[in-house]
Amino acid sequence: MKLKINKLSFSYNSTPILEDVELEVGLGEMLCIVGPNGSGKSTLLKCINQILKTEQNSVLINGQDANTMNLKELSMIMGYVPQSSTSAFAFTVFDVVLMGRKPYINWNLSDRDSEIVAEMLDFLGIGSLSMRHFTELSGGEQQKVIIARALAQQPQLLLLDEPTSSLDIKHQLEILCILKSLAETKHCSVIVAMHDLNLASRFSDRLLMLKRGCVFAVGTPESVLTEETIESVYGVKVRVSKSILNCPQVTPLVSEANGFKNAKIALSAVAAKSE
Amino acid sequence: MSTADELKTLYQKGKKRKILVMLLVFVALIVVIVVSISLGSGSPRFTEAMQVISAKLLPFLNLDAGPDMTQTIVWTIRFPRVILAVVAGAGLAAAGATMQGVLRNPLVSSYILGVSAAAGFGASLAVILGVGVITFAGGYLIVGNAFIFCLIALVLVYSIARIRGMTSETVILAGVAIGLLFSALLSLIQYISPDRDAVTAIVFWLMGGLNGATWERILICTPIVVVVSVLMIQQSWNINVMSMGADVAKSLGVNSKRLLATNMLLETLATASIIAFTGVIGFVDLIAPHIARMLLGNDHRYLIPCSMLVGALVLLSADTVGRLIIAPAELPVGIVTSLLGVPFFIYLLVNRRRQSFH
Repeated sequence: MKLKINKLSFSYNSTPILEDVELEVGLGEMLCIVGPNGSGKSTLLKCINQILKTEQNSVLINGQDANTMNLKELSMIMGYVPQSSTSAFAFTVFDVVLMGRKPYINWNLSDRDSEIVAEMLDFLGIGSLSMRHFTELSGGEQQKVIIARALAQQPQLLLLDEPTSSLDIKHQLEILCILKSLAETKHCSVIVAMHDLNLASRFSDRLLMLKRGCVFAVGTPESVLTEETIESVYGVKVRVSKSILNCPQVTPLVSEANGFKNAKIALSAVAAKSE
Repeated sequence: MSTADELKTLYQKGKKRKILVMLLVFVALIVVIVVSISLGSGSPRFTEAMQVISAKLLPFLNLDAGPDMTQTIVWTIRFPRVILAVVAGAGLAAAGATMQGVLRNPLVSSYILGVSAAAGFGASLAVILGVGVITFAGGYLIVGNAFIFCLIALVLVYSIARIRGMTSETVILAGVAIGLLFSALLSLIQYISPDRDAVTAIVFWLMGGLNGATWERILICTPIVVVVSVLMIQQSWNINVMSMGADVAKSLGVNSKRLLATNMLLETLATASIIAFTGVIGFVDLIAPHIARMLLGNDHRYLIPCSMLVGALVLLSADTVGRLIIAPAELPVGIVTSLLGVPFFIYLLVNRRRQSFH
C-alpha cells in the first residue's frame, strides 16, 4: 500500500483548511500528524478517506486516484476511527465489529466473517466483551472495539483521529502499541492524528507537523520535534531532550509569553475581590 | 472450541432466538386476526366466519359460503377491515423503524417529514373545495389529494435539507418546519370554511380510522406497502452502519446522503399510501419499532420485519377494541392506540432490562 498526497487543498465554505499538502506514506509505516487545534489534522484524515471529497489526483492510493474510486472500493482499502464514537442504538460489541465486514457482506455473514471478527477481538484483547453492549463499555474499551471494527475491514491503511486523547495512560500505551505492532506485522500503514507530542515521538516512524493547513515539517521525530519548530507552530517555548528511550522528549516551559502572566493577573484579581 | 466457533455459536443462537420471537408475534397476530373476524355487531361468529372466508379464498373447492347476510358481514365488512389494519400497521411500523434508524433518532415517527399535516391539508382541500359535502364513500378525490400533498411535503423537506448537506438534523428540522406549515394551513382552511359539516368531516378524517376499508382500497395500498417494505429491509446493513454516524458509514462504503434520500422517498410512499385511505393514525409507527427493539435488539435485518408484525398486531388489536368497546358505536382507532398503547409503552420503558436506545 502506498499513499501519495499531491498538492491537496480543501476549503469549508471558501475558508481554506488545507493548502498544498504533500505527503507520501509507505507500506507498514506509522505516521503521526501533529499540530495545534484547527490546523487541519482531522480534515486531512477525512480527505484521505474521501469522507470529504477532494480534487482530482490529489489523493493517490497505489497510484490510483481516490476521487475516482467508489465508497465500497475505498472501504476495502482504508479503515477510519473517528475522534469519538457513539451509537444511536444499542449494539453488542460483536455487532459493532461485524459492521467492519459491511463492505464484504450482502445479507448473511460467512464463516470467514465470523473468523475475522473473532481474530480482531482477540488481537485487541476484548474477546470476553463480545456480547456486552457497546454503550456500556468504558472509553478505552470502546476505542478498542472501534479499532477492531476498522481492522475487520482488512484495510491496508488505517486512519485514526486522536484515538488516545480521552484515555488513561495505560490505555494510551496499549492502543499505540497495538497500532505499532499492526504497522510492523500486518502490513498495514497507520496514520494517527494526535496531540501528545511525546507519545507521537515515541511511537511514530515519521511525523507530519501541520500549521494552519500547511505542512510545516515532515520527517523523523528527531528532525521535526525541535525547540524552534514547536515554538513557531504552537507558540510555546519548550525544551527538547533525549528521553530514556532515546527519542525526543518535549518539556513545555511555562513563560509569560504563553498568556500565563495574564492568567496569573486575572487569578490574583479574583483572589483580591474575594478577600 | 476456538473463539471464532464460540462466537459463531453465540451468533447463531441469537439468530434462532430472534426468529423464534418473530414466529411468536406472527402466531399472536393470526390469533388476533381470527378473533377480530369472529367478533362484532351482527351474528356471524367463529365457525360461520371461517366458512365464508375459506369459501371465498378457495373458490375451486366449491364450498358453501353460508347465507348472504353472513357473507356480506364477514367478506365485505369485517375481513377487509382486518386486512387493512394489518397492512396499515405493518407499513407504518416499517416506515417508523426505518426512519428512526436512518435518522439515528429513536423519537422519530414516520410523520417526521411533515406528511401527516400535509395529508390532512390535502384531504381538507378536497373536502372543502372539491364537493363541499361528506363524500367519504367513494372519495378518491380525498385519497388522491392526501397522497399528492404528502409527496409535496417530501419534495419541500428534501429541497430544504439538501441545501444544508442532507444530515439527519437538517432533515428532522426541515420536516418539523414543513409539518408546522401544513398544520397552519390546515387550521386556516378549517377556520375560514363556512361549511360546518365539511369541518366536522375533516376533524373525523384527521382522527384516522379503518372503517373505510374496501377490497379495492386494499388492492391499491397493499402492493405499495409490500414493495416499499422489501426495499427498506434490503437496506438493513446500511441502516445498521448509519447508527455509528454518517462519517463512519461513509468509511464503511455507505453513501449516507443517498441512503437518507432513498429512505425518505420509500417512507413517504408507504405512509402516504396508507394514511390517504385511513386518515392519520398515529403512535403505531413510534411504538411498534420500540417494542420490536425490546424484543430482539437493533439489527435492522430483524428489526424491520418484527416491527411490521408488531405494528400489525397493535393496530389490529386497537381497532378490534375500538369496534367492540362501545358497540354498536365505534371509537376511532387512533384514540384507542394512544389510550391503551401509552400506558403499555411506559410500562415497557420503565421495566426494560436493557437500554435499547440512548
